[in-house]
Amino acid sequence: MPNRGVDVVRAGTLVTVQDLGRAGYAHLGVPGSGAADVPAHSHANELVGNAAHAATLEITAGGCEIRARHTTVVALTGAHAPLWVGSVPAPFAAPVRLAAGQTLEVGTPTSGLRTYFAVRGGIAVDPVLGSRATDVLSGLGPKPVRDSTILPVGSAPSVTQADFDRLRRRVIPSAYRDTNDDSARASALINVRVQLGPRDDWFTTAALGALQGTEYEVTADSNRVGVRLAGAALERAVTGELESEGVVTGAVQVPASGQPVIFLADHPTTGGYPVVAVVEPQDLPLVAQARPGDRVAFVASARPAV
Amino acid sequence: MSTRSSPSSSLIAGMRPVGRDALLLEVRSPDDVPAIAAAVSAHLDSPDPAWSAGDVVPAARTVLVTGLTQPLAVVARDIGAWTIPPLPANAGPLVTLPVVYDGPDLGDVAGLWGTTADAVATQLRQLEFRVAFSGFAPGFGYLTGLPQELAVPRRDTPRTRVPAGSVGMAGRYVGAYPRVSPGGWQLVGTVVDTALWDVERDPPALLMPGTRVRFTDA
Repeated sequence: MPNRGVDVVRAGTLVTVQDLGRAGYAHLGVPGSGAADVPAHSHANELVGNAAHAATLEITAGGCEIRARHTTVVALTGAHAPLWVGSVPAPFAAPVRLAAGQTLEVGTPTSGLRTYFAVRGGIAVDPVLGSRATDVLSGLGPKPVRDSTILPVGSAPSVTQADFDRLRRRVIPSAYRDTNDDSARASALINVRVQLGPRDDWFTTAALGALQGTEYEVTADSNRVGVRLAGAALERAVTGELESEGVVTGAVQVPASGQPVIFLADHPTTGGYPVVAVVEPQDLPLVAQARPGDRVAFVASARPAV
Repeated sequence: MSTRSSPSSSLIAGMRPVGRDALLLEVRSPDDVPAIAAAVSAHLDSPDPAWSAGDVVPAARTVLVTGLTQPLAVVARDIGAWTIPPLPANAGPLVTLPVVYDGPDLGDVAGLWGTTADAVATQLRQLEFRVAFSGFAPGFGYLTGLPQELAVPRRDTPRTRVPAGSVGMAGRYVGAYPRVSPGGWQLVGTVVDTALWDVERDPPALLMPGTRVRFTDA
């Protein structure tokens, strides 16, 4: 048993270890994986003085209890959830001291889906193909964290009061600021900017109109592989099958049903269904935070000529 | 497959942006995909390349280049000016896979070919396959080498569980499932005594793109 670690006493719906993923193996069929909301993951690391590639815990839909086995500093970002250390509320998107034996409780997020927990030194499970990320599609990496699991934490210089004050002064992006806005509980309308293509010409003009002019609902079938949407079916202009081709994270793929799927971190590396558009990089975190019941409105720009 | 160098424009039918930092190269002939993917990889491995990328993902008729560090128009123009060298005929390493012909669809494939199960096994033994690309799952290689007239359709209903090592056929591709997964291919046999995927091994995939493959008797 490591002395330096965190005990995930209660894991809740789904807790996975994540980092910046496994780049460079897509030609072997290995999904990129890694944090679904990369800025939130990286920001949590920044708040505890970790490098961006340190592994965090991606907590889906909250409901998690984590006990520190050693005195340390942690921070949570992403989907805003109420936090308590013992029975004392703790700040979100800020460094939080945990003494050895203290338990942090993460409540249910008031908005968004995925909360990132960073601990100073990073989660130190063994990497697989250069990454500690859990890939729910291929099964690579550590298994999802179960109740009463102790995870080792990497070594790092201890945090002095001066260090802690410096961490607390780090600039917090407004999306993660502590908010008491309960209206955020209602289902959100998420505007998602996309660039059309590569296979937008596989769809009718009416389909492209529906993509941009109607709202799609996030279904409960969504996961780290992709956000499955329900709404106006997108009709094809081309008959016949598309041969499998490489796909990117953020691709809006349209299977035979006509109901789009937005690919997230654990998507397969190739696919045989046409991709009508790709989510703009700055809006990918919004998709990663979409909850079942939220609505998506696509805002499309044309496929540029090259 | 080209046996001499070709201007990329003769091999590449078009290039499409995929989001802001990826480019999809559409290849006129599936046979030229490995040479184009190799040319992109060679560029990335060259000293001080003008642009870099995250992944090079060959597939049936395309090569996707992701994580590009320069504007797509710049990359497209550069690739458009390349001369693509051919891959030497014996470029890839040869891997032999011991196969037991015990698949549940062997009889169906024999029927589709108008022959016997033994003749299917004999035919597969005689062919030299090549891993055209990987996808679907880690270490799953799409093997080409099956003559067009022997192509078979996928199963009408995919199986929810295909045993690890299963040798399957769909369209003109043959493949072997590295681990248990859903699958819709026609299963003709099982690879034995071979780890198609091993994370502890370098490289972890046995069937890398470009590898030549022969089936031997187990």
